[in-house]
Amino acid sequence: MSALFVLIGISLIVAIGFLCAFLWAVRHGQYEDDYTPSVRILFENESTEKIQSNKK
Amino acid sequence: MELEKFSYDNKIVKQFAFATIIWGLIGMTVGLWVALQLVFPALNFNTSFTTFGRIRPLHTNAVIFAFVGNGIFMGVYYSLQRLCKARMFSDRLSTIHFWGWQLIIVAAVLTLPFGITTGKEYAELEWPIDIAIALIWVVFGWNMFGTIVKRRERHLYVAIWFYIATFVTVTVLHLVNSFELPVTLFKSYSWYAGVQDALVQWWYGHNAVAFFLTTPYLGLMYYFIPKAANRPVYSYRLSIIHFWALIFLYIWAGPHHLLYTSLPDWAQSLGVVFSIMLLLPSWGGMINGLLTLRGAWDKVREDVVLKFLVVAITAYGMATFEGPLLSLKSVNAIGHFTDWIVAHVHVGALGWNGFLTFGILYWLIPKMFRTELYSKRMASWHFWLGTLGILFYAIPLYWAGFMQSLMWKEFTEEGMLRYPNFLETVTQIIPMYAARSLGGALYLVGVILMTINLFKTAKIGSFLANEEAEAAPLVKVYVPHGTEHWHRWIERKPVQLMIGSLVVILIGGIIEMVPTFLIQSNIPTIASVKPYTPLELHGRDIYVREGCYTCHSQMIRPFRSETARYGEYSKAGEFVYDHPFQWGSKRTGPDLHRIGGKYPDSWHFNHMLDPTSMSPGSIMPSYPWLLDDDLDTTTTAVKIRAMITLGVPYPKDFDKEANKNLMAQSDSIAAHLQKDGIETLSNKEIIAMIAYLQRLGTDIKVKTKK
Repeated sequence: MSALFVLIGISLIVAIGFLCAFLWAVRHGQYEDDYTPSVRILFENESTEKIQSNKK
Repeated sequence: MELEKFSYDNKIVKQFAFATIIWGLIGMTVGLWVALQLVFPALNFNTSFTTFGRIRPLHTNAVIFAFVGNGIFMGVYYSLQRLCKARMFSDRLSTIHFWGWQLIIVAAVLTLPFGITTGKEYAELEWPIDIAIALIWVVFGWNMFGTIVKRRERHLYVAIWFYIATFVTVTVLHLVNSFELPVTLFKSYSWYAGVQDALVQWWYGHNAVAFFLTTPYLGLMYYFIPKAANRPVYSYRLSIIHFWALIFLYIWAGPHHLLYTSLPDWAQSLGVVFSIMLLLPSWGGMINGLLTLRGAWDKVREDVVLKFLVVAITAYGMATFEGPLLSLKSVNAIGHFTDWIVAHVHVGALGWNGFLTFGILYWLIPKMFRTELYSKRMASWHFWLGTLGILFYAIPLYWAGFMQSLMWKEFTEEGMLRYPNFLETVTQIIPMYAARSLGGALYLVGVILMTINLFKTAKIGSFLANEEAEAAPLVKVYVPHGTEHWHRWIERKPVQLMIGSLVVILIGGIIEMVPTFLIQSNIPTIASVKPYTPLELHGRDIYVREGCYTCHSQMIRPFRSETARYGEYSKAGEFVYDHPFQWGSKRTGPDLHRIGGKYPDSWHFNHMLDPTSMSPGSIMPSYPWLLDDDLDTTTTAVKIRAMITLGVPYPKDFDKEANKNLMAQSDSIAAHLQKDGIETLSNKEIIAMIAYLQRLGTDIKVKTKK
């Protein structure tokens, strides 16, 4: 059954890797604001919009 | 702060979008073809390249890695640039990624119909292509992380987290599962054997669903639904929580594909527990997606893009409810090996992946070509044809799955199987197969309409290859800790300390436990199980080549209904020389694990030539080329040496005399056939195939003739 333990090992490494990524994210303020990002993506760059509408 | 001017690369998005459409058409057409083969076996055309066993892997690979794969890259390349406020890291890497991926797909098309396959589901491509996949995947990751590093927006939007998880996990899955020993340029043996190979394969298989069909698409959902509806995601906090929960839980759920098999019970239970827990983060995503449209339901009525997206999320919700349900052992006992599973994956594939892709395409193409969609009416037709197609596809197959499973399990009052002839349970569901093909055809017609519509849209529009944008550069401002020692951060908060210690405990636990288990839990060895003879090994390779595993299992579960039908249930120790394992996941035909010795050699000969001659009404394809083609014995020695490398205990120097052994066995089979009035040369492939089939499951068969 050694494959099972290799897999558990690898799964744990992946899971721990994700945990580290999570910790990094928290430490670097990724989640300090959990509202603005959801709204920010809706805004395109203004200048781009103008260029587009001019060319039409 | 001064604004930087840059441009987004739309050309690469367009290329991936067109590839998505083209491969989607091809993959789904092949899908319809294999579906029709089950209703009209004549569509196998009696040639090897067009037989179900070789074409079905082509369908699965095309729709997963070509259609959905290109769809992922299309969405990622579009959204990542905008979320990072940066052009892709390198245009050259983008180009290499695009053409590399297309070449891999072409390589799949050029190998699978020729029987060049590893015989592991959803990972059929042979080792040179596996290496190419790994390289191109790294190019993708390099390009993605490069873009993230040079981003102008500090916050990583939740979609990016999903993309990162996808990249990391798929890399690991692909590397571990593709561990194989090359024998020739186009043939390799899986490094793992039997139970272990099965476990690795389904750990991979399940997580391919999780990290190729789910997480990247959730990332796309979190970008494109808010954009299409022009309103923020319902709860950004929920999106973060469900992301971390989902990726953590998914990786453990693989064993639920192996319930009631020879896999150790505790591993099965582990898979079940995690699968049930998965319901929560899955539905977290579904609820978040649907509620993003709160207050915008009037738009859904009008906007065809939103219609597709809503059905996609709904299908995701249904499929992820069904997943945990099917992971319950008692439900799995009914559903496994039946068409229920096929229906289940297609709700996910046609509904979730397909409809989300279509929604994105309908939104993206007009935007990049700076025009309106050519025909909203046509798109609306596509939507309804697609939705009806999914229903016509899924409902008959649910019915077929239930019905067939109940027929397999039904006993008469005298305690005999009510349907001892497997074929009876197949002919019963052929009408459902026909209805399913109709569903698939409707769905495909919708996709053809979409292709025309988008092509016309592109024609009337003018494509913007480089979209100008501007944003302030990212300044390094976040240095709150200064030169503080890193451990101070852990010390400051108890939660962090707890998490840290948990990690340490886990590592300690692994180091202690793994060696202990390694020694104790070897698969119980069975003294009578011996390696395959050279002829049987060749036969097994032909079995793999023809994709027999796509319709036949080699795993008798410990149920009375199965032992009565097939014989003694399968034991873990019987598969120790199986590189790769061939347990299968679907019984369109009966299980073959105890087929050995059940019929005379001549029965197999006639059956492979024309299945209906032995079983009238059978939908199995004919394999006439096995009778014509000579067995390639030049590779015998390499194959034996490869097996020895993998730990199969052949005697020393056996590779040198293997062909002598092979000749002797094939002569004896040819002699058996001759006794039954069949004249054939002993060097044909059919002889090897018969040798393998007659060997199957006989190692521990109690030899009592009735």
